[in-house]
Amino acid sequence: MNTSRQLAEVERHDILKYPHRLNFYDKPPLDDVTIEEFEVCALNRLRILAEIESCYARNRPFDELCSITRKQCEKYLPMDASTSKTDLDAQRRVDHLGHFVLRLAFCRSEELRRRFVKAETALFRVRYDLEGQVAPLDRRAFLNSRAFAWVQVDSQEKAMYASQLQSSSLGTKDEEYYKVFCPPLTTFSVAQQYAQVKWTRVPDLVEKRRVFLKGGWAYVPSRDQSSIVFQEFQMNLEKALEITAKALPRLDEDTRLVPLLNNLSQGFLAGVPSEWNATTAGDEIKADMVDELARKHFPACMRNLHDNLKRDHHLKHFGRLQYGLFLKVLGLSIEEAMLFWRRSFSGYTDDQFNKNYKYNIRHSYGLEGKRANYPAKSCQQILTMDQPGSTDNHGCPYRHFSPDNLQTALLSMYSAQGLTSADIPEILSTVKAGHYHVACTRVFEITHANRGVKKGEGVGGGESITHPNQYASRSRELEKAAVEAAKVEDGDVVMAG
Amino acid sequence: MAVEELDPSSPEVMLAFYRRLYPFKSIFKWLNHEHTPTRLFTNREIAYTLQSDVYLRYNSFTTFEEFKKQTCTLNPTRFEIGPVYTARPRDKKTIRPGAFQPIQRELVFDIDMTDYDSIRTCCSGADICKRCWGFIAAAVRVLDSAIRDQFGYKYLLWVYSGRRGIHLWVSDREAMELTDEQRRAIANYLTVVQGGKDMHKKVNVRIGTKDPVLPASIQAALELLIEPFGDLILEDQDCFKKDEGWEDLLKLIPNEQVTAKLRTKWNSDEGRSSEAKWKDLRDLVKDMLKKTPERAAVKAAMEDIILQYTYPRLDAEVTKHRNHLLKAPFCVHPKTGRVCIPVDPEIVDEFDPKLVPTVGQLLRELDAAISEPGSEEHTDWEKTSLKPYVDMLDRHTAGLMNEVRIGKRAADMSW
Ligand SMILES: [Zn+2]
Repeated sequence: MNTSRQLAEVERHDILKYPHRLNFYDKPPLDDVTIEEFEVCALNRLRILAEIESCYARNRPFDELCSITRKQCEKYLPMDASTSKTDLDAQRRVDHLGHFVLRLAFCRSEELRRRFVKAETALFRVRYDLEGQVAPLDRRAFLNSRAFAWVQVDSQEKAMYASQLQSSSLGTKDEEYYKVFCPPLTTFSVAQQYAQVKWTRVPDLVEKRRVFLKGGWAYVPSRDQSSIVFQEFQMNLEKALEITAKALPRLDEDTRLVPLLNNLSQGFLAGVPSEWNATTAGDEIKADMVDELARKHFPACMRNLHDNLKRDHHLKHFGRLQYGLFLKVLGLSIEEAMLFWRRSFSGYTDDQFNKNYKYNIRHSYGLEGKRANYPAKSCQQILTMDQPGSTDNHGCPYRHFSPDNLQTALLSMYSAQGLTSADIPEILSTVKAGHYHVACTRVFEITHANRGVKKGEGVGGGESITHPNQYASRSRELEKAAVEAAKVEDGDVVMAG
Repeated sequence: MAVEELDPSSPEVMLAFYRRLYPFKSIFKWLNHEHTPTRLFTNREIAYTLQSDVYLRYNSFTTFEEFKKQTCTLNPTRFEIGPVYTARPRDKKTIRPGAFQPIQRELVFDIDMTDYDSIRTCCSGADICKRCWGFIAAAVRVLDSAIRDQFGYKYLLWVYSGRRGIHLWVSDREAMELTDEQRRAIANYLTVVQGGKDMHKKVNVRIGTKDPVLPASIQAALELLIEPFGDLILEDQDCFKKDEGWEDLLKLIPNEQVTAKLRTKWNSDEGRSSEAKWKDLRDLVKDMLKKTPERAAVKAAMEDIILQYTYPRLDAEVTKHRNHLLKAPFCVHPKTGRVCIPVDPEIVDEFDPKLVPTVGQLLRELDAAISEPGSEEHTDWEKTSLKPYVDMLDRHTAGLMNEVRIGKRAADMSW
């Protein structure tokens, strides 16, 4: 890298409002924000954090968490390196704003704070590692911009403890890494540097004997200084959330914000759903296709409603609503829906049906009342709203069934697609830990193993189920792809023949 | 009092001990770090084990007089010291659960002879003698220096556990404040011998891939252990004399040529001493070509063997959690009657568990010293052989209190 280019970049840092891609979020954003912007920034960030939570729930190793999170970040919160010509400040402002909105949403209970800190710290760590790989100079500039209260060990002391220091930095690939990535110009950043901190700040390094200890001070080689940085990030955020929690009652007066914040704080329960509405759905489907689709492509909640409808020739209000909207988004037109429901309610006369149910069905298609285009319910809504009573069938089986009923239901629904009783303990223990959508995602993986879906892959790229329509539509996509592949193979056979 | 009445399991003996001998005031000052009661004492949990074996948790006291009174009333066989909580443990029931949390606690360590049963040859089980105390003495040397030099703590109190082990209490301010995460880190940092019965090689701490080395802290420990390894393992315990002893040794040497030669030699010389066998091994290493990886590997294995036989074997769980309870100093061990007295780490090698004063002995001394029965004082222990040990604790506490005073004065000045 030549000096003039470096200088140019230094100047660019100076004029940016957010000079670094990494951020400790010390100061709240002060500029005016619209409520829409407020919500969008928060939702997009929440998608990423919820996926990180799912990774922890699934005990994914850190490198997997890392690659999943990076993909999510590219999708929902892209942030370019300082060399990019994009509007860096705009990207970084979204990052900054989203973080602060979620602080408001997640400071309200100790449990939420703990989970938020864990997910945010993981996100920071993912970004910090990435920055170290793709833009080590930027990362160094960020580190230099903050006082981390570490003392650089001077050369005299280094000489005194040379052998002890050396043995603490043996055998890590980072030695090589710094040689490759840090150009000689940046001598201030390379591996032979040691920072001195109280040992209590780097317990993880002490535990693994990766630092030399003397008189309560840990001599941390620069490759391990990230430990100090992460711990500092975590501590800062914990403190900040407690302060925010104390200040929050004043903010509760803003009536537009409270429902939004409540809604956001539920994001950890079931992930943040993508919007699913008629426009994102695939081909149109017919009433007489539903039965087969249900057997092959529906998540447990919808499969359960379908089976109950077939057995009882009836569903109660919230069941009809949950299932009806799902089918609408799946591609069932109003005409086909009318046909489907009329046939299903076979014990009722036309008169009864028209009087009691027709209006509701038309209403859900936006043809009556305030004529709104209602979206289908997401996992989060199904899990948290309109809790089923003792005679209801709606809701989420993973949450609302007893473990023995869930086991029986899953085996009867999915045995034909490869689910066996050996899979049940893992699913039940995930359910017991409260990770319902993770359990559902696991069932998706098992029942689509014959389509090549591997454990941990979710609905693609490790993403978890957050919406019943996402489940069904991905399942149908996989089937289509398999059919296409079979066609191509047939073609080859013909050519070869 | 007749001798048979001085059984440590008798309630009368224990009551006399608590009323006349137990140094409540000294224990209070040691826990409290100051003369007037602070949260360090008032919010501290004391757990009693009663004669009926009932376990009574969450006791706490505002003064040492109250502490003594309650102890005499309950007359337990022993009691344990727990953490300092955010509120008074005795009020626990009236506080909402989230508001009752352990916040401070001495950093504690526990070393027990049972963890050395697979090595020691002189005794087994609950027994301990002056000879196997050597393992404890080696452990104390290593731990004491690691905690002072590496972690920088100064206020270390070593206490004989009454039977076959030793406890360490570290009272430095920073040590008191450590979180469970930090305690776990320190416990794992100091755990070097790992693996159960079926794991031959229990020391695997080297770092680096080519010619792996010991971490600096363990290199420092090794230097302290070379001498005890000679005296204790080779000479006193003669660990490699018998077949199973030297077979265990050979399993730890990663060189088949070396082990084959030694096996032939030792099989034909039954009863060859451990010292001679260790010398055989060293001679073979000397003959190996210098600077070869084979030679380095055997030398490293020899160092690891020294560690495996002599490095402190901690009961790490005791250290890891702030709310772990540990028997209070100066309690009486119900089986042996011995008092859990402080041990000076400088002369830990000279310590003989069999010479520790017992409750019976102390009460006899007291009876002999007091001409008029019925006059009972808090400081009756001064008239017995308990005195030097209480003095040792008081000196330790005086240093601690002085440090707290200096710290406070500095804080005052800064305003
Ligand atoms: Zn012995």
